[in-house]
Amino acid sequence: MLDSRHRANHADHALAAQDVRAAVLELRIPEPAARAGQPVDFSKLKLSAPGAVRRPAVAAVADSMHDLAYGLIRVLDDNGAAIGPWVPELPSAALAAGLRSMLRTRAFDDRMYRAQRQGKASFYVKCTGEEAIAVSQALALENTDMLFPSYRQQGLLIARGYPILKMMGQVYSNTLDPLKGRQMPVMYSSREHGFFSVSGNLGTQFIQAVGWAMASALSGDSRIAASWIGEGTTAEGDFHYALTFASVYRAPVILNVVNNQWAISSFQGIAGGEAAPFAARGIGYGLPALRVDGNDFLAVYAVTRWAAARARANLGATLIEHVTYRSEGHSTSDDPSRYRAADEASKWPLGDPIERLKRHLIARGEWSEARHEALQNEVKQEIRALQREAEASGTLEANTTHSPKTMFEDVYKDMDWRLQRQRQEAGF
Amino acid sequence: MTTMSMIQAVNSAMAVMLSRDPKVVVFGEDVGYFGGVFRATEGLQKTFGKNRCFDTPISEGGIVGAAIGMGAYGMRPVVEIQFADYIYPAFDQLASEAARIRYRSAGEFTVPITVRSPYGGGIFGGQTHSQSPEGLFTHVVGLKVVIPSTPYDAKGLLISSIEDDDPVIFLEPKRLYSGPFEGHSDGAVKSWSTHPASEVPEGHYRVPLGQAAVVREGAEVTVLAYGTMVHVALAATRDSGMDAEVIDLRSLIPLDVDTIVKSVSKTGRCVIVHEATRTSGFGAELAAIVQKHCFFDLEAPIERVTGWDTPYPHAFEWQYFPGPARVAEAMRQVAAG
Repeated sequence: MLDSRHRANHADHALAAQDVRAAVLELRIPEPAARAGQPVDFSKLKLSAPGAVRRPAVAAVADSMHDLAYGLIRVLDDNGAAIGPWVPELPSAALAAGLRSMLRTRAFDDRMYRAQRQGKASFYVKCTGEEAIAVSQALALENTDMLFPSYRQQGLLIARGYPILKMMGQVYSNTLDPLKGRQMPVMYSSREHGFFSVSGNLGTQFIQAVGWAMASALSGDSRIAASWIGEGTTAEGDFHYALTFASVYRAPVILNVVNNQWAISSFQGIAGGEAAPFAARGIGYGLPALRVDGNDFLAVYAVTRWAAARARANLGATLIEHVTYRSEGHSTSDDPSRYRAADEASKWPLGDPIERLKRHLIARGEWSEARHEALQNEVKQEIRALQREAEASGTLEANTTHSPKTMFEDVYKDMDWRLQRQRQEAGF
Repeated sequence: MTTMSMIQAVNSAMAVMLSRDPKVVVFGEDVGYFGGVFRATEGLQKTFGKNRCFDTPISEGGIVGAAIGMGAYGMRPVVEIQFADYIYPAFDQLASEAARIRYRSAGEFTVPITVRSPYGGGIFGGQTHSQSPEGLFTHVVGLKVVIPSTPYDAKGLLISSIEDDDPVIFLEPKRLYSGPFEGHSDGAVKSWSTHPASEVPEGHYRVPLGQAAVVREGAEVTVLAYGTMVHVALAATRDSGMDAEVIDLRSLIPLDVDTIVKSVSKTGRCVIVHEATRTSGFGAELAAIVQKHCFFDLEAPIERVTGWDTPYPHAFEWQYFPGPARVAEAMRQVAAG
């Protein structure tokens, strides 16, 4: 028999004994708090106050920190002050570099989005509102650590100094494209920058990252791996494979779930996010599981350093849920105004990652609105100049690509007779 | 040289590669401590240590996904899928990932993995321990598909597969593990010890991928087969008294089209035999290749002898299995046509 206090506390979950009786069965199909045309409602989003969540010792056992999957690690408060046990040691120069990478990422997204709308590319995916995750994590990891991203972590490449010109070439499938026009836009790959080839099949990279980390451990290496999926993809088997293998073999890997609230038109409840936070999935595998404010550059940095330190000390994997918001459509093929409230992005309780880091730098006395505006303009000019340069090598519309002959290469290391004959048949 | 069964030859190939190449690592369900349900990895963990041969969770998608990540790191994983019938959870990782990573990364990342799996019927395994899914993989560009029929070939082909820089699906005819089965379900069980191809070098050697073997020369009809069906085709030749040329394809991708064309051009008649179901099976591809390249030499329509288009039925295994009588009948039909 549950008492009334317990019922009040768990109104959504618990039933008093007298309420439990057989009934005509009905299936629950989850619905978001607000659809298009309805008022924004984030009242179910569970937040913690900045600085409120404790920071366990790096060597603490996973069993002792289940609460961290249900809280929300935050460092920056509304005034831009960094508070609490997770405040990282980060020099202002590093933060300024992070700010620049986020601004470059946003400006790059903006130009490529417009280029797609002008018919210069077939497709594009922005990461607007989520820049802090990729950029801060790139800063928190070593450049030699291996990244297995999804298609929305372009900030990793930009923060690691990959040439934006080449990224544009990839988006345009022109002669600058290192992938020779074989992949849809944004499916980058760079071995040199430790960035694994992006797949369009969701989640496959999660277990591959664990495999890479296992190989690193088997080889007595010091490098670790990290991977990213969206909250919708946690429903794929690959998520379970990855957490199982990571747990069983204590693989040196950081497994990130970017919960941006929307998987195309499906809100996070369709992936099971109402029943429990995605971070809490880690508890059943015995993995440390952290839920972090994904729009808080400092908090993301701090949890990533913590997880990386564990991985480097043979303490195994960490699952991190980054709570953020996908401010734009899923892709250029999507129209979010059809399925969600138009002003959700502007009312997102955790704000915008660039604005928040700017405010923090200003609060530290290291930055100003005027300097920010100047940097923004500088970055915009840089990206525009790069775009002009990239377009001089062709766009999809202008069809200036590598020779179609190359489409028969790299299927195998050595081309077999079928491909040789088919290339002749195709006339190349 | 020593005498080996096919399972011993498979084991020997892995042992040779584990000792030659520190990047080789072997894993799968029950393969570590226990040595595999068919004993293919027996003794490997004891000899080479847990870091080189270890057990995994029951997670085919996880096994292949992890192997791909290890391959990207620079290792050369050899994984076992306990039965080919269990490979479907790994299909996404094989078809969308392993097969495509070299192409989509323009050669920056490669997947030098070998996926071993016992396949085929003849052991009363019913529909979940008897399947022949090779056609699903030959249809996926970027994968290689290899199927041995003897201990000698099994070791040499497996070594070539492990050394290959592309992903290889290595299907082992489980009915041949302990002896050369000719398809006479009521006959005495034979062991490999009296078969010439059980003479296997103990060390390293290769049988190249993409080279078929003419296992019996003949003039009347060409029989194209692989795996268990090579032995069935030889039995059918003997039982029927016909002068058939029997070709063991050994690798389906890459395929040795020249040996096939040369033989059919000579005999003018062709029977294709596989245990897998007929519709969209690899035999359809072979028939298309033969008619394309040998059209003016063909004296009769090409015949296919295959498993029926049903699931593999437990109690009716021998009515399902394309045994020597059915193969011989097809040979006679083609010769008369």
